[in-house]
Amino acid sequence: MNVARLDQLWVYLSGNPLLSLLLTLGAFALAVRINKALGGTPLLHPVMLSIVLLIGSLLLLDMDYATYFEGAQFIHFLLGPATVALAIPLYDHRERVRRLLVPLVLACVTGIVTAVASTLGLALVLGARHETLMSLAPRSVTSPIAMGIAEQIGGIPSLAAGLVLLTGAIGCALGPVIFRLLRIQDPAIQGFAMGLSAHGFGTAQAFARLGAVAGAFSGLAMGITGLLTAFLLPPLVHLLGLG
Amino acid sequence: MPLILGMSMLLACQMLGELLARGLAVPIPGPVLGMVILLVALLVRGKVPDSLRTSGEGLLRYLTLLFVPAGVGVMVHGALIGRDILPILLTLVVSTALTLGVTAWVLSRLQGRLGKGGRG
Repeated sequence: MNVARLDQLWVYLSGNPLLSLLLTLGAFALAVRINKALGGTPLLHPVMLSIVLLIGSLLLLDMDYATYFEGAQFIHFLLGPATVALAIPLYDHRERVRRLLVPLVLACVTGIVTAVASTLGLALVLGARHETLMSLAPRSVTSPIAMGIAEQIGGIPSLAAGLVLLTGAIGCALGPVIFRLLRIQDPAIQGFAMGLSAHGFGTAQAFARLGAVAGAFSGLAMGITGLLTAFLLPPLVHLLGLG
Repeated sequence: MPLILGMSMLLACQMLGELLARGLAVPIPGPVLGMVILLVALLVRGKVPDSLRTSGEGLLRYLTLLFVPAGVGVMVHGALIGRDILPILLTLVVSTALTLGVTAWVLSRLQGRLGKGGRG
């Protein structure tokens, strides 16, 4: 009988998308379990936990990120259709959105200006490097948009994506505290603020914790913020002489 | 079949969005334009087809999982992040808190005022 050697099997597995896909799903399922066991704390967000678990496993397996991503890109690809699908909750709540259109757009512009100005201001004062600064600038928009903007203004796209995710996790942790402090209970307002400041993470959390109305407003905020920021940020950076 | 039909609609909107973004050379990602296209189509049609709802809501339920592969990419930038870790963390925490607070506050003030104006 001819039995393949273990290292030959490993060569096959490590060059096959199956392993990355299975690792990603396994890490996510485990992270969700751990998060639930800890009472669903937003401080240990399942996504951040999965990322930490996966980085640990890749280092252990001595697999580089490019090899991992070759398999995991099938999951990554679904971000596109998922973004398109945000139109569904928006459509479901179209009446409320139409009634509130002016306040929503005004709040959105104020939020973007706050996000960009405070990010650039703080990072400059604290002495961040230029590439870091330009990768931080688009951090409050959803990652596919942020990567495009970072590239345009001289940042590092994949670093921008990581910082966006970190922002999302921080937003999920801070959101409930801030809403309690400001005594804001309306799920629509909470959802909108979460979507604007914590994009995809905030939207996912709004859907899961605050309900469909909050989720719809969060998706709306994420969409408008992405559109407006993509148009506003590059000229703003040039205007400030940072580009 | 509903899953396939619904998924095809989502992918078709994304593709139209990508083509539009490339064709007009606008710096907006294709999927975002795809979302606008789907929203307009739904408004014109007046209802969400069941198949679209099945696949769309299924994807949105697992939205967070979809961020994981890109997130693992931070491992490539360990050194850069390490050098700037303090400014990065402080900036992210303070700025995110400010953004959340300002947005929620502005929206609640505007909504209250507009609501009263409408009734009065």
